[in-house]
Amino acid sequence: MTVAVNTEETGKKIAEAIPGSVVSSEAGSLTVDSKSLAQVSEFLKNTPGLEFDYLTVLTAVDYLHYFEVVYRLVSLKNNQSLILKTRAYGRENPTVPSVTDTWRAAYYQEREIFDLLGIKFEGHPNLKRLLLWEGFNGHPLRRDYL
Amino acid sequence: MEIIRPEVTTPQEADLAEGKLINSFLETCTGQYPDPDKWLDEEIRRNVLLTTVDAAVAWARQRSIFPLIFGTACCAFEMIAASGPRFDLSRFGMDIIRFSPRQADVMLITGTITWKMATAARMIYDQMPEPKWVIAVGACAISGGTFRESYSVVPGVNHIMPVDVYVPGCPPRPEAMIHGINRLHAKIVKGTIDNPNLALK
Repeated sequence: MTVAVNTEETGKKIAEAIPGSVVSSEAGSLTVDSKSLAQVSEFLKNTPGLEFDYLTVLTAVDYLHYFEVVYRLVSLKNNQSLILKTRAYGRENPTVPSVTDTWRAAYYQEREIFDLLGIKFEGHPNLKRLLLWEGFNGHPLRRDYL
Repeated sequence: MEIIRPEVTTPQEADLAEGKLINSFLETCTGQYPDPDKWLDEEIRRNVLLTTVDAAVAWARQRSIFPLIFGTACCAFEMIAASGPRFDLSRFGMDIIRFSPRQADVMLITGTITWKMATAARMIYDQMPEPKWVIAVGACAISGGTFRESYSVVPGVNHIMPVDVYVPGCPPRPEAMIHGINRLHAKIVKGTIDNPNLALK
């Protein structure tokens, strides 16, 4: 059974390594600043004791005044899991750095989120619509769609 | 007819036996056997019936429609159940399920069609040879179903291709699908060679 790691301890580790990156580490999830997401993802994948090598789910939520991108990470070596979150502000051009370099599994899920919620992932190798067609107007999973 | 087998041991005896046989033939073979196909007249009267070419072709078409499956959602499982041994689509000559549109006669649309899938569905329909028929199975294929107002769902597959038979249900049971196939049979029987898609009255 995969065990969730203590997010407060993990948050402290990350804050020591990358100052100013952790926004909050309460309630079972770890929220980080989107500017330092690339560094945090590399840290989580490569640090001994953490080694989150497997991205199971990448999804996003629309909270109207910001978007929250949710990464569910699993470490197959240490048999533990972590929920990592980051936020994107603005409705016109919300942007989050891509994690495809760290976890290749993010490729299609980032395209799906771009398609349905309109969040741009900077550094994605091929960011275009996945489920809807080119020329579709709007992003249907946004709460102000329709 | 009796088979003649003379018992001989030497060539001389064989010659004698042959001579006897020829003489007996000359004595007995005076009449003529009747031609062996004389009985055909009676058989023709018993077994051959006349019909129109249209009716014969329509009957053949009706009894060998190869289905092309296009299962995009849960209705496909009812189609799989219908082709299984309990409901047995082989009874209608539909046991050879085709995955190539070029060998199929009837397209079974079983499930929701999204606009992105609509292009593929239309392409496959265009590749089917004439005469061809379409059965729309289930609420989604008929009208979009519960997803009718959605941004990505075709509100009825008849927006992209002509549909011959609609089978309602969510999903319809295999009996309903078989009823739809029977209605399609009734339609095919009415067709002619030139126009296999005459309207069902």
